[in-house]
Amino acid sequence: MFYRENGQFKSSYRADQAIFPIAQDRWFVIAVVLTAFLAVPPFIDQYWANAVILPFLVYALAGLGLNILTGYCGQVSLGTGGFMAVGAYASFKLVGLFPELNFLIVLLLSGFITAGVGMIFGLPSLRIKGFYLAVATLAAQFFLVWIFNKVGWFYDYSPTGMITVRPIEFFGVLVTGPEAGSAAKYLFTLSIVIVMALAAKNIVRGRIGRAWMAIRDMDIAAELIGIRPLMAKLTAFAVSSFYIGVAGALYFSIYLGAVEPVEAFDINRSFYVLFIIIIGGLGSVLGSFLGAAFIVLVPILLKNVMVGGMGMASGTAGHVEILLMGVLIIFFLIVEPHGLARLWQIAKEKLRLWPFPH
Amino acid sequence: MAFDLFLLEVVISGLMTGVMYALVALGFVLIFKASGIFNFAQGVLALFAALALYDFLSEDGWFFSLFGFTLPVWLAIPATAAIMIFLAWIIERSVLRFLVKQDQIILFMATIGLAFVLEGLGDLLFGSDVKPLNIGIPQGASDWALDTFNLYIEKLEIVAAATAAVLVIILAIFFQKTRIGRALRAVADDHQAALSVGVSLDKIWVIVWSVSGIVALVAGIMWGSKSGVQFSLSLIALKALPVLILGGFTSVPGAIVGGLIIGVGEKVAEVYLGPYVGGALENWFAYMLALAFLLFRPQGLFGERIIERV
Amino acid sequence: MNLRKLTGAAVAAVLTLPTVATSAQAYELVIPALEYRTGPYAPNGIPLANAMTDYFTLLNERDGGVEGVKIKLATCETGYNTAKGVECYENIKNTPPSRALMVQPFSTGITYQLIPKSSVDEIPIFSMGYGRTSAANGKVFPWVFNFPATYWSQATALVQYIADQEGGMGNLKGKKIHLVYHNSAYGKEPIRTLESLAAKYGFEYKGLPVDHPGQEQKATWLQIRKERPDWVLMWGWGVMNQVAVKEAASIRFPMNRFIGVWWSGSENDVLPAGDAADGYLSGTFHAAGGDFPLHDAIRKHVYDAGKGSGDRDRIGEVLYNRGLVAAMWQVEAIRNAMKIHGTKEVTPAMVRDGFESLEVSEARLAELGLKGFTYGIKITCENHEGPGRVAVQQWDAKAKKWNMVSKFYEPLRDITGPLIEEDSMAYAKENNVTPRTCS
Repeated sequence: MFYRENGQFKSSYRADQAIFPIAQDRWFVIAVVLTAFLAVPPFIDQYWANAVILPFLVYALAGLGLNILTGYCGQVSLGTGGFMAVGAYASFKLVGLFPELNFLIVLLLSGFITAGVGMIFGLPSLRIKGFYLAVATLAAQFFLVWIFNKVGWFYDYSPTGMITVRPIEFFGVLVTGPEAGSAAKYLFTLSIVIVMALAAKNIVRGRIGRAWMAIRDMDIAAELIGIRPLMAKLTAFAVSSFYIGVAGALYFSIYLGAVEPVEAFDINRSFYVLFIIIIGGLGSVLGSFLGAAFIVLVPILLKNVMVGGMGMASGTAGHVEILLMGVLIIFFLIVEPHGLARLWQIAKEKLRLWPFPH
Repeated sequence: MAFDLFLLEVVISGLMTGVMYALVALGFVLIFKASGIFNFAQGVLALFAALALYDFLSEDGWFFSLFGFTLPVWLAIPATAAIMIFLAWIIERSVLRFLVKQDQIILFMATIGLAFVLEGLGDLLFGSDVKPLNIGIPQGASDWALDTFNLYIEKLEIVAAATAAVLVIILAIFFQKTRIGRALRAVADDHQAALSVGVSLDKIWVIVWSVSGIVALVAGIMWGSKSGVQFSLSLIALKALPVLILGGFTSVPGAIVGGLIIGVGEKVAEVYLGPYVGGALENWFAYMLALAFLLFRPQGLFGERIIERV
Repeated sequence: MNLRKLTGAAVAAVLTLPTVATSAQAYELVIPALEYRTGPYAPNGIPLANAMTDYFTLLNERDGGVEGVKIKLATCETGYNTAKGVECYENIKNTPPSRALMVQPFSTGITYQLIPKSSVDEIPIFSMGYGRTSAANGKVFPWVFNFPATYWSQATALVQYIADQEGGMGNLKGKKIHLVYHNSAYGKEPIRTLESLAAKYGFEYKGLPVDHPGQEQKATWLQIRKERPDWVLMWGWGVMNQVAVKEAASIRFPMNRFIGVWWSGSENDVLPAGDAADGYLSGTFHAAGGDFPLHDAIRKHVYDAGKGSGDRDRIGEVLYNRGLVAAMWQVEAIRNAMKIHGTKEVTPAMVRDGFESLEVSEARLAELGLKGFTYGIKITCENHEGPGRVAVQQWDAKAKKWNMVSKFYEPLRDITGPLIEEDSMAYAKENNVTPRTCS
């Protein structure tokens, strides 16, 4: 009844090619974005910012990056942790070497550096496919973590190898470090994530994105019709690594503040982001956000319900939380193997008919 | 002379470690071969099996509190095997049945969910303390080898190697000579085609997950005897990954050969290259090694050739 | 799948999050307990957490709290994971009525996270013998306390012990001392100190890293077998410790030349190797064993009343005692804060002052039922590390006991002092912290 396209006629090609052709969709998305920008900052407190929303945004961005590579281009990658580390250390060194550089430029440069590294490790994809490709990215993962742990230059020769973010200002407002306000950190990260999500949506709708999807679906046929696998796969690695690098820089600078490579960027991180995109939906921008919401927020929700609401001992609650996460993952996969994004799509389709049966 | 002896020691240790990895990799191979699923939960299965075994054997377990006696080793192991078969049946009924013919990556994710469930369940049922596993496997270095030849070989790993050899022979016979083995290979190729010729998918999956569970039990016993039964046991699965990649995901002898190569490669690199680069390169070296092999043989040493069609 | 049911459940769940604990009428001292009962380090985290809970339960039951004010324990499971540690901290730090009076992260990674936040949130961090060593410099880190000794002090103490066994510091020249360490920030802590000591006293130092989790250490111990160092030090955690002890026993490395850091010297680490671990040494700053009057009090008032948090027969384990001493010093700091500020309703900032002027003498230890358990400590504004003294204990595999086999060594401050100064000044510069002056 409310969600109908009746009466919405497009009178220009531009309108036809909009990301959200249905007006209700547009309004909904604009409403969500406006709420996020205007209604949340006055109420956000440190707990919500530091423990709930910032990790959600950072992981959504990382998920977006991995989705571009694995979901849209079909190249399974387990090197996400290593690439996030590249972004983080790049941002650390850049701020250290060029303190006058604008933080946004630092983030973009970190992304570009990670893109370069990603392309190098993506070269084996030209010969190896499927799950076996995961090994090349795993080699990247372990090698990168090892390098950042070993080479003193990366961590400014501190005795323990941990890096801590310096307080950085963005146009006069502190966005990193403990004194940065929650609202400032939140708005900064939110803006970056939204802009990059928009960019991602446009890239995957365009020529390059279609080339990626062709490679994913039938790579030999794609090559036959003239798509160059080298260009497609390397650009996928590059763009994906750019996103993951920026996510890694944000993860270190804004969310955590201090990291050591073996704990923050190890193989578990790679699996974590992979879980996000699989649960969220491969090949979907919205899926990255939904998956991040699920994987990041549900454990916190469970913990607060069990420990805060039900008064369980925190150790037992920890075990039950792991158990429940497993059950929920299996449940959602059985219900909708294509992820939460597909569930959302089905919901919208049903909404178009509601309240009529057909 | 002493230098050569040391190299021999490193190689032997590498081979032994490789066998330990191969034991874990075997479980992966079995499930992948028969159901096309990369079972992320294999490490947790090994942990769960070891925890269950400990429970039968010790006095602070559920079995003792329910029945008042503990089982001797030769009864406890079959009892745990029975538990793993039961677990396989539950997994098939509650998870696999609903995910027929889904993408590999979805099935992979489902096994991740399974890994979480088993981990949480294991913690809740058995607690997260370290549990020493003593079922009579000899520990420590072989004194005879050490005294006669000044060669360092661990006894536990000799036992593991022998067990692995026996396992591989049994599994090879199982897959090649029996009807069920053929059915397993059919299912690995194409679920729906196998269904259409009358292979009962559910039964096959229960069988293969049970066999894999028992292999996990063996791996769990070996690793548990080595370092105690605790959560870190499940992390061994990550070490088995390069083994699988090198040997091919679908080959039982591949798991063994891959394990041996990775074990030796790792140890030799760590001992001889490590000092020049600061050490701790075992992890990524294993993957680099696997990667190098893959560039020449993209399907792994013994894996099935991937024939691509448009 | 019924979407309506899903959304209904989601809404219900959202409404319960995060619940703020209703504050009791009387003032309560909120003490956070960041524990890890899950994950790979659970076997070590459990006795630590149990001991702290038991001590606070004892005080609440037997004494009615600290000077009559009850303790409210706010537990949170971190799984030794940094992100969860942050979430726990943010969730607990403002718990009414008193706000978190201090925080003990029990993890070096989480400590590094929290150090910059401590001065902004004004909550002191008590990282007892772990965390950032240079926080010993109270002028740069007013909110961080790492007494009774840091890793760097411990490294110097262990080397002094070795020197004693070899017949004097002069005899160290030409000896080989290797370090097997967990390849993380924690494991790398002693490296710089050991390198300085090696340069000064002429012994040969070599570091052998072991990757997390350390379940497989063949290559490391084969190298040790080949190079035959005179002594091996270990900075391990979790399963790495047990595997190392077993491997050392396998290659027939003399156990009485194998010294682990105080986090590598607990029952968990030596029991699996059985008799072969006999003679293994580790650093410590407190006694082992459960025969002190305090333990009896815990057994009587806590376990007999059914409020114990772990196994009764694990009271007195090394890590249990470590948790106990951590809890004890925390409470003494609170008492000190109450005394200095003349009020029972202390705030975290007051507790910081309590930490900074803390003095727990040996007489006071006796009063608490811990006579001879550890040494007296005195914290000052510039020195948040306290005495820095470390002793060596040895495992007796037959009796299954740890015995103290050395005196408490003073740290070699000529080595550690400059290193602490350098690292803390680097932090100050990076983070625009002006070192304060201590009167």
